[in-house]
Amino acid sequence: MGNFPTTVKHCLSYEELIQDYPWLARWLQEEKEMVPTGVKIQLIDMLSETGLSVIEATSFVSSKWVPQMADHTEVLQAIHRSSHVRYPVLTPNMHGFQDAVAAGATEVAVFGSASETFSRKNINCSIDESILRFEEVICTAKQRQIPVRGYVSCALGCPYEGPIESTKVAEVVKRLYELGCYEVSLGDTIGVGTPGSMAKMLHSVKKEVPSSALAVHCHDTYGQALANILTALQMGICTVDSSVAGLGGCPYAQGASGNVSTEDVLYMLHGMGIKTGVDLSKVIEAGDFICKALNRKTNSKVAQARGDYSVHCHMKKINT
Amino acid sequence: HNVQDGASAGKTLPERVKIVEVGPRDGLQNEKTVVPSEVKIHLIDMLSEAGLSVIEATSFVSPKWVPQMADQVEVMMGIHRRPGVSYPVLTPNLKGFLAAVNAGAAEVAIFGAASELFSKKNINCSVDESLQRFEVVTKAAKEAGVPVRGYVSCVLGCPYEGKVSPDKVAQVAKRLYSMGCYEISLGDTIGVGTPGGMTEMLQAVSREVPVNALAVHCHDTYGQALANILIALQMGISVVDSSVAGLGGCPYAQGASGNVATEDVVYMLHGLGIQTGVDLPKLMDAGAFICCSLNKKTSSKVAQATCKL
Repeated sequence: MGNFPTTVKHCLSYEELIQDYPWLARWLQEEKEMVPTGVKIQLIDMLSETGLSVIEATSFVSSKWVPQMADHTEVLQAIHRSSHVRYPVLTPNMHGFQDAVAAGATEVAVFGSASETFSRKNINCSIDESILRFEEVICTAKQRQIPVRGYVSCALGCPYEGPIESTKVAEVVKRLYELGCYEVSLGDTIGVGTPGSMAKMLHSVKKEVPSSALAVHCHDTYGQALANILTALQMGICTVDSSVAGLGGCPYAQGASGNVSTEDVLYMLHGMGIKTGVDLSKVIEAGDFICKALNRKTNSKVAQARGDYSVHCHMKKINT
Repeated sequence: HNVQDGASAGKTLPERVKIVEVGPRDGLQNEKTVVPSEVKIHLIDMLSEAGLSVIEATSFVSPKWVPQMADQVEVMMGIHRRPGVSYPVLTPNLKGFLAAVNAGAAEVAIFGAASELFSKKNINCSVDESLQRFEVVTKAAKEAGVPVRGYVSCVLGCPYEGKVSPDKVAQVAKRLYSMGCYEISLGDTIGVGTPGGMTEMLQAVSREVPVNALAVHCHDTYGQALANILIALQMGISVVDSSVAGLGGCPYAQGASGNVATEDVVYMLHGLGIQTGVDLPKLMDAGAFICCSLNKKTSSKVAQATCKL
């Protein structure tokens, strides 16, 4: 299809798949209405049929804090577990981890922050204290051969502290990686990052952790997500988190958008000739389903554009 | 262009980018609500205050075809012309050109298409015929000492033809350039382009037209605009078209978005350390003003994110 920047070719020549992690748990957490368990299960089952290889299913936090995730056990046990898909769940502490394993979880995730203030405000403890908690989870998970994914929030800016030093991000990422996380996802939690700050942050983090163990989790609050993801790809990152229909607003900016939509990410990747193994039209269908169920409009521009099939049916020739 | 090893994204970017603000013309032309002249004039004046150096003011097409631009003369004469700022206007033919100059226009623009079908459906003639018509305008403009900007539409895809060949785009761009256009703006008219197609197209075009005479005009219909603009910058392009508040939907996909929002482009450029001369808060004020007048929500994510904080 012509010349690409070298880094994209790297992904193609090694036949690496871009893995999408629809951040189902997080955006459902932020949806104000309680989503019926049956709807969650159906959504996950639809996503399992799209070719996505990782689908974050639920969160084993206390239902007191996150009522939306109270049905975590039911969801995990009822979904159809495709053999080609992994279904990680969030586990903020040992209690959650044990419940998750009892419910059949085979992969878990822990959340750290690159900002002290954010850590204190969000989970009521310092970064150091949070990592001590995770250490227990990660050790136990290791013993039981359950892979752990790490997340670092505020990687490109904090709603309280403002800009975050890239060396601080690198420090936290390194700690999670050395403790045993097989992969660390770098989150632009409030979407303030731009290709400039993304490149700077990745440059620091890559000094401590190999690119193959890194992922980016970009928010689209300022419309920068795809440009930031492109920058990350050019710097050798091959794993991208995104959320079907881009649902899940930003809790720090009323009415603003949050997660980048999986459909828009896929459209870009496929347009660049990068393999993902994912069927875009099936993701659009899953997005349509959940939007109808929530009585919400999609945040995906691709889904909005494709809505008018009579004009755009031949667009498929250009980019599927 | 400067392609580096995948070790870093340290591609050479321009130090300064010129933004061509098309909201008052391209944006409003594609909005259903007809806006009073005073509102258009006030919008343009606010944009001038925001530091933009090129603001497309209006279009000298027949009001029969584009009622939104019927007040072309009034707008042209009513705006405050800030020193150092250019206010180009569209001139589809000689008649429009003469009316524009009469009304005080000091720069004009003409539109070609990279797709034959699009040209036929849009302006009822082939690409060649349209270029011949424009040659009359460029000749007259040269004699009058009026600079001409050329636009090429459908550079990354056509709503009728589907894929568009990069060589065809290059051919049309080359003709406009040799006719005397000082700059050629390459338009992804239906926003279907991605960084892959953008790279290919720019490589073909930059073989025929020097890169410093090129601009990109990306639509955000599929959410790809900022990524496409970033690639263009990495390939040496330093002129970007955009529309305040992302005004102007897509006439080919009901309810879909069209122009990329100037606020979002400026946010990205400033984050990259690139100078634009634009004062973002003042730009957002202009965006808020026009959205209020149109009684619609902004399409700019930056504006959406900051208004409530």
